[in-house]
Amino acid sequence: MIITVKYFGAIAEATGLQEEKLDMSALGTKLEDLRDHCLHKYGAINDLTFKLAVNQSIEEEMVLKDGDEVAFLPPFAGG
Amino acid sequence: MTKKAPKKVFTDGPLSPDMVSDSIAAHQAKTNIGAHSIFLGQVRADKVDGKIVKAIEYSAYEEMALNAFHEIREKAFSRFEEMTCCHIYHSLGTVKTGEICLFVFTSSKHRRVAIESCDFIVEEIKSQVPIFGKELFEDESHQWKVNT
Repeated sequence: MIITVKYFGAIAEATGLQEEKLDMSALGTKLEDLRDHCLHKYGAINDLTFKLAVNQSIEEEMVLKDGDEVAFLPPFAGG
Repeated sequence: MTKKAPKKVFTDGPLSPDMVSDSIAAHQAKTNIGAHSIFLGQVRADKVDGKIVKAIEYSAYEEMALNAFHEIREKAFSRFEEMTCCHIYHSLGTVKTGEICLFVFTSSKHRRVAIESCDFIVEEIKSQVPIFGKELFEDESHQWKVNT
């Protein structure tokens, strides 16, 4: 199961990446599995505030499916 | 009017003051309008720990942001039935202090709806649209802006 993960703002700065593909096959199918994996992989984002969007909709928990797009969104600062 | 696909909202760099006068001129033919309300967001030279902000570098989750702008517009049209026009423009990339980064323009038959709908839209943009701002200081360091 391949998930596209996007990072923005302070999160992108902390991961050093704007986007990556994650194979979740061995990690679990839940959004929290992905979150835990990324928090473990990128220690620097543990101290940052963020929300997660799945296919552009803010979600707290759900089951992911192949091809989903998950975004790490730091606090909004428009305007 | 209310069922359009997401519009172009983002401009690379600062918004020109000419956009404001052009928008006013473009609405002069619409004589059912009796009131416009305009909000302009300007980049402020905040002082943080002795350092002064010189610019904000905006980025966005663009696809989600455009959908969010579209939803805000739809919500505003259903909440303010008398609102006749609603235009939103936001910068991406670097906007220096003193330059304009957000332009919201609403129109209505009467002033109250023009003002209230403009206010509603600005508040929604601040809280609902995935736009991120990197505040650049004069000493080349930076911090990430958070809307309050």
